[in-house]
Amino acid sequence: MDFLQKEENVDQTRRDVLKAGGGASLFALLAATGMLRPEAALASDWDQKAFAAKNVKDALDALGAGGAVNSGDIVITAPEIAENGAVVPIAAVSKIPGTESISILIAKNPTALAASFDIPAGTEPAVSTRVKLAQSTDVHILVKAQGKYYITKKEVKVTIGGCGG
Amino acid sequence: MPDPMRIRAIAKNGEVNVKVLMAHEMETGQRKDAAGKPIPAHFIQQVTATWQGKVVLSANWGTAIAKNPFLEFTFKGGKKGDKIQVTWTDNKGEKRSDEATIN
Repeated sequence: MDFLQKEENVDQTRRDVLKAGGGASLFALLAATGMLRPEAALASDWDQKAFAAKNVKDALDALGAGGAVNSGDIVITAPEIAENGAVVPIAAVSKIPGTESISILIAKNPTALAASFDIPAGTEPAVSTRVKLAQSTDVHILVKAQGKYYITKKEVKVTIGGCGG
Repeated sequence: MPDPMRIRAIAKNGEVNVKVLMAHEMETGQRKDAAGKPIPAHFIQQVTATWQGKVVLSANWGTAIAKNPFLEFTFKGGKKGDKIQVTWTDNKGEKRSDEATIN
């Protein structure tokens, strides 16, 4: 019974999000009106533009990674089917020598860029985390190595979206 | 003050595997409350892990990281008994630092 109620709530929230007319724009709107500026200032390295990008292409452009080439040397570990989009484990390993950073981009989320990890020398080019997926989507992993960008992707099917958090 | 992180760092074969679990809502700013008012975004933006004053991992996060974030990585050089510090900062300027001893 509890479980059913929970499902209903998730559904309701999803509808609310849809009604909001792609609430995706909220963040961009806040950013545009300057409401987020004082907060952004606290995190100096945090790339406002890249994190506000609504699709993978814009996010890549904002990161300066527009020319990223496909690579088979990046391994993504993610479930084929995620029952709950609110918590989806993603692991990324780069076999490219000189890996400097690993970023996770989620094509069909309201904003594409989920995370960017800087990998200093001495740290393995491998990270694991958990992300939210709004719906079934390609998950892209972008790797920067010796100043060049490489990318690969994997599709994850989502049964319950992560918008409801 | 936000709840402490849970940090587990284990040394093996000259490398240290670090697992961190943070306590944070990771609110996206896309949701609405029961009254239909938008719930403001509240999420961790930056994470830094240091060992002996050296940054061993840093990350910038968006709202797509799941609630109560999990992070795992591995670095070379650390050994049993060393300390590792993890710090996060969220979009409201809240901060939390925790320390763990490598096992």
